[in-house]
Amino acid sequence: MSFLEVKNVVKRFGSNEVLRGINLIVEEHQVVCLIGPSGCGKSTLLRCINGLEEIQAGEIRLHGDRITGPGVDLNALRRDVGIVFQSFNLFPHMTVLQNITLAPTQVLRMPEALAQEKALALLRRIGLEHKAQAYPDQLSGGQQQRVAIVRALAMEPMLLLLDEITSALDPELVSEVLNLLRELAREGMTMVLATHEMGFAKEVASKVCFMYQGVVHEEGPPEQIFANPQHERTQQFLSSIIAAGRL
Amino acid sequence: MMESGSNSKEVRRRVPTPPRDGLAFAWGALVLALLLVLATGWVMVRVKQAMTANSFEALWADGLLVLAALVPLGLLIPASHSLRQSQAARLAAQSENLIAARVHGSEAHTWAWFTMGYAGAWLLLLLLVLFFIANNVAVGRTFFQLELIANSFGLILRAFWVNVVIFLFAGVFSLLWGLLVAIAKLLPGKPAQPIRFLATFYTDAFLSLPSIIVIYLVGFGLPLTGIGFFRNLPLEALAVLALTLTYGAYMAEVYRAGLESIHPSQWAAARSLGLSYGQTLRFVVVPQAIRRIIPPLLNNFIGMQKDTALVNVVGVIDAFNQARIIASNDFNLSAVTTVALLFILITVPQTRLVDRLVERDRARFRQG
Repeated sequence: MSFLEVKNVVKRFGSNEVLRGINLIVEEHQVVCLIGPSGCGKSTLLRCINGLEEIQAGEIRLHGDRITGPGVDLNALRRDVGIVFQSFNLFPHMTVLQNITLAPTQVLRMPEALAQEKALALLRRIGLEHKAQAYPDQLSGGQQQRVAIVRALAMEPMLLLLDEITSALDPELVSEVLNLLRELAREGMTMVLATHEMGFAKEVASKVCFMYQGVVHEEGPPEQIFANPQHERTQQFLSSIIAAGRL
Repeated sequence: MMESGSNSKEVRRRVPTPPRDGLAFAWGALVLALLLVLATGWVMVRVKQAMTANSFEALWADGLLVLAALVPLGLLIPASHSLRQSQAARLAAQSENLIAARVHGSEAHTWAWFTMGYAGAWLLLLLLVLFFIANNVAVGRTFFQLELIANSFGLILRAFWVNVVIFLFAGVFSLLWGLLVAIAKLLPGKPAQPIRFLATFYTDAFLSLPSIIVIYLVGFGLPLTGIGFFRNLPLEALAVLALTLTYGAYMAEVYRAGLESIHPSQWAAARSLGLSYGQTLRFVVVPQAIRRIIPPLLNNFIGMQKDTALVNVVGVIDAFNQARIIASNDFNLSAVTTVALLFILITVPQTRLVDRLVERDRARFRQG
């Protein structure tokens, strides 16, 4: 039994089949990077794992327990599986501190004082303690994204999903976010990332999956995928990435 | 535009547009100003004639007329500015000083427009005065008989209190009722479908019904049914009920639009943290929607205030009904003018408040 098992998952939006029987295994403390062209289903897969999208066929298991289908307590699932979005999605009417403490106090029923203490500790760790009382629109993109990560971490999830979290950032702000991810990876946080940061994937990933048209086309350790891709599609994708100067 | 074979590095020169001096325009403004001076004098003479015809004689009134006749002379100032600037522009253009010509020409245009804008407004004012004194001051007498206004004011004000009570009650009720309907419309899932359907049917029906018909049906119809509860209700309460039903639908639509205007990504972010549907609404969606909702809700509220004047169709003695009684007794509409002024008096501050709220919200978005 693996930590996370995605089996033959199909996801359709109307007649548009985005995931076509996808399979994926993630072990505990692994960092799995999903790469592939836009529209290949990376984001959709992450949203399905978090229960934000319903699937039409197949199943997803976490620790052997089925987390898709009728009767699943999605709110309970989401306590254990956090997700961070490309567009940060901080709550604009709340301060940074309120953003982080909302879910622990309301969902986990953590006392306000304790939640704030933990939130401040997390903020200190990313060097944003002084922004605790600031509102999201007073922060740079990189700062907002780090707060969004910390907001997810405040629920102490066992799995963190990251959906192209650096795609909306100015280049000079990308590194501060990636550094935080490096640290989390070192500490053994299990993560699944949809990403276009190939250098980062090469460095941190335990496994890289190349997705194409709703299925995992090729997967393996980063050395193999980047240096010696087997499939023609993978080769084409990587050579276009190289042509764009991104690898 | 490049010819074939031409070198793309060849030098291209831009031919500047010749400046417009605006001389004709300035003359036009001046002539307009002069005409207006004459017209004003003529209107003031007519007013004086009307005053003598009604044997109204007062030194202050004569002074006022003279002052008014002098006002349009002020228009000669911007007009002459315009003329001087356009002459300067012409001179500059003749001496090939393009930049100075442009600057003077633009000044000339600005002053000419300035003259015309004020002249237009003054002209409308003159027409209004003419209308007022036409047919031996018939308009003034019909709508603004000061004596009648003063005599009936107390009665009208007391009746206006009925309007105020009706719209305060109907306002609070329709805000609450509308929220309930909006929530019913937004209930998720298949099981809530009948409720959503009912709520949608209700809003559709009452948005399309003219409020005067609802007031008529409720105010006359419900007591006719003979059901004890309705038979014993005062007419004012039935009017409140009718307005609540109508404006509840409007309010519900505003609430719904406000809640739906919050981007789905906010829902996703909140739900992904484990917050339930209700918690997401309460902590994330409603607090953000409320800022956007308040101005349109206030607009509806203002609209409802005005519709309280419709309750006279079922015989409630509100300000309008009272004024109509007075008007038919005296064969003069001045009492109705009082009601109109009262409505303006309570509505304008609220309208300004809405403007300010909207502006504040916009400023926030510009900032972000």
